[in-house]
Amino acid sequence: MATLSVTSAPQSAAAGLRNDLIAAAVIAVVGAIGYFVFPDDLAFLIRVIGLAFLVISLDLVTGYCGVATLGHAALFGVGAYAAGNVCLAGVTDPILMLLTGVIAGTATGLMSGLLVTRFRGLPQLVLSIAFGQLVAALANKLSSITGGSDGLAGIAPGPVFGVFNFDMFGRTGYIFSVIVLLVTMVTLLRFSRSPFALMCRAIKDDTLRARMIGVAVYPRLVVMYCVAGAVAGLGGALTAINTGVVGLDSVGFERSAEALIMLILGGAGNLWGALIGAILFELFHHYVSAASPFHWMILIGLLLIVVVLFFPKGLVNEVTRRIGDLRQRRAAR
Amino acid sequence: MQTLLGILPDALAYGMVLFTISIGLSIMMGLMRVVNLAHGAFAMIGGYLASFALTSLGVSYPIAILIAVIGTVIVSVPFEFLLYRRIYRRSDELTQILLTIGITFFIVGIANYIFGPTSKPIPLPDLLKGPFDLGLRMIPAHRLFVIGCGVVTAVALWLLIEKTEFGVRLRAAVDNGDMAEALGIRTQIVYSATFALAVGLAAFGGVVGAELLPVEPYYALRYMVTFLVVVSVGGAGSVTGAMAASLLLGLADTTGKYLAPEFGEFFFYVAVIVIVYVFPHGLFGKAH
Amino acid sequence: MTALLDVQRLSKSFGGLRVTDDVSFTLSSGDRVALIGPNGAGKTTLVNQLSGDLLPSGGRILLGGVDVTTASIPERVRGGLVRTFQVTRLFTSLTVAENVALAVMQRRGLTKRMFSSVIDRADVRDEWQSVLSLLGIGHLAATPVTKLAYGQQRLLDLAIGLAMKPRVLVLDEPAAGVPHDESPRILEAIGRMSPEIAILMIEHDMDLVFKFAKRVLVLANGALIFEGTPAEVKENDAVRAAYLGSYANARRAS
Repeated sequence: MATLSVTSAPQSAAAGLRNDLIAAAVIAVVGAIGYFVFPDDLAFLIRVIGLAFLVISLDLVTGYCGVATLGHAALFGVGAYAAGNVCLAGVTDPILMLLTGVIAGTATGLMSGLLVTRFRGLPQLVLSIAFGQLVAALANKLSSITGGSDGLAGIAPGPVFGVFNFDMFGRTGYIFSVIVLLVTMVTLLRFSRSPFALMCRAIKDDTLRARMIGVAVYPRLVVMYCVAGAVAGLGGALTAINTGVVGLDSVGFERSAEALIMLILGGAGNLWGALIGAILFELFHHYVSAASPFHWMILIGLLLIVVVLFFPKGLVNEVTRRIGDLRQRRAAR
Repeated sequence: MQTLLGILPDALAYGMVLFTISIGLSIMMGLMRVVNLAHGAFAMIGGYLASFALTSLGVSYPIAILIAVIGTVIVSVPFEFLLYRRIYRRSDELTQILLTIGITFFIVGIANYIFGPTSKPIPLPDLLKGPFDLGLRMIPAHRLFVIGCGVVTAVALWLLIEKTEFGVRLRAAVDNGDMAEALGIRTQIVYSATFALAVGLAAFGGVVGAELLPVEPYYALRYMVTFLVVVSVGGAGSVTGAMAASLLLGLADTTGKYLAPEFGEFFFYVAVIVIVYVFPHGLFGKAH
Repeated sequence: MTALLDVQRLSKSFGGLRVTDDVSFTLSSGDRVALIGPNGAGKTTLVNQLSGDLLPSGGRILLGGVDVTTASIPERVRGGLVRTFQVTRLFTSLTVAENVALAVMQRRGLTKRMFSSVIDRADVRDEWQSVLSLLGIGHLAATPVTKLAYGQQRLLDLAIGLAMKPRVLVLDEPAAGVPHDESPRILEAIGRMSPEIAILMIEHDMDLVFKFAKRVLVLANGALIFEGTPAEVKENDAVRAAYLGSYANARRAS
């Protein structure tokens, strides 16, 4: 009797697989549209995809665990520098470069996580800022491996799988980026439904309660930071592969702050929100900033204020909620 | 020894500038629990107004300071009324961070739209221009002036908080906002007054500290986290803490830049990490 | 029978104030014990020391014969000591089922899994469903926690505790904040719990206490002043004095 009264259940395994396939299809189709409709803007689209990794990574710690951080670009930048350096050292295979970025990002995530997730609230925020600034200062100082303020240039990755050469129009780079994004998104969507990620959301909701069901919170958050580091490092490496340069801006504070803005525009706690937030922000930036950097600042400032006050769950979550309401109203009729 | 003598006045002056600007933020964060990343934006508005008053209106330096402080407080009123009020004591950090980043971007954009995207000189009066003979060595008179401003600000705030009716209300509201409300203290008025005080101090510090933190279009972004870090190291709401943190971080930063300039802000942030890790609520802070 | 929970001479001071004063008692399997006492007697402080929120200044806590006085919260939970809260603490962005399933999965060491959702695996599902059904909220499994009525939230709080398969369950005023006519439902739910669990319930409502408890502990000013059956407690002068004293204090304060 009692079992029968359970009306609807959380996602079943079959539904999960279906979601994975839909996600893959959506990214592939949107990626193809980008390729054929904007063939002259592939460099811009590649840049957006690279940043999307940073925002998705940030979502893992901010959206899923409730960690407020303004130093997340460090994870991205270190991945980019690491990939650039192995390439200059002769390891030009793009897959190996990505792997290097993942490892470097994970290591940075580990250090950052150990420091940042020790506390909550203001000390957490300030430690995240300090960590980011420390990495940025080091990147500036260690010019032998970062190129300092000139940036690390001359990164020339070899062909993908030894077959597909990177061309000057960015066609290979774009397809390569979309595929890496697709694989990452599908993997992370699975991850986001896992007991581990569910427990992270629980920790975000009420840390003490989570302890009371037996969870050791700190180690878990550190592990999540490592996962986020891997994702950010992957994005950094991908950007290094595609652009051939890594500048100081890739570890800078502005990058961290922008990533947070992108996340909140799209919607924290939702990987699609992170992805769409990155795209919206960059599109907006692309068109408005061209007119005047200060107009851009006025508009993004206003947009941010409006979103925080009126759509605190982000635009994506807001839209899905509206659609849900609409459906319910129709069903009720 | 010679280097030390060279560093100390600069470190002290820099620390005092940090203090003068940060102390307003510290009181505000102690009382209203709002992580305000736009504090530097109000210091910048002060700098812009002072520069405008000095170069375009041709007023004297003290009058320019007055115009800057009063002008900034007036400009800040709509921000307090429409935005800050919503996040006092209530919101989570993330909301506060994002809202105040939005405010900062908005202010930077507007300020540069009106005054143009060039750096804003704040010419010193003749009295403060030259060197000053301390006996041991000569130091720029302006450095002494800044140090004096910091000391005066600290003493004035101490008197305000310890000796006045407003201070009593302020302390009551800091210790227990709900209780203060229940006792008939109109906390909203205390909050608004504190906000005005914080913004006024930011503007004051922005003007007198302009020699060390030059006023330019991206000022509010460049120092966005600096003041927050000072407050956090000192402990939100503590005048003593803000002074200690400012002097300590001023020393760490200035020494680092003298001895190993290529490291940039490395030593500043090493100091921050160590202190915050050991004292998560700041040197003189209280846990909430 | 050996005691499941053995509290020996527990003390806690804040500054000079002794909020827990030399408290000793034991709980055995199947016990239904109520902890009562006037406001400010130190009941919640005592529970916080049992659960590990607060470290005692002196004394020992043994759980199944193992000293857990300084053990971390998760260690105690793994040892079978589980508590609920006076004000419900739930995972508010999740559904009812997810709240309980997390406790189930955590207990079974499944929450370290990163790539497969196991919430619907037959064994896990059976467990959270049976806990929800036991407490009469099985039909709410897919409901977001924020849409629950307060009484239902309290039941969910109990369900999370139960899903941990506790040996000792400490309930901090399980009916607090629930409309009076609904509190029997909470008591009923507690009554359906496995008879093997030792339950310590803090409660104000004397009706509930007398219906629930076989044994009552009375705390006043941090010290245990009486231990006995509900009937004995009713008759005891010291208990009455403690309550009347606090009643008089309350009158004076208001």
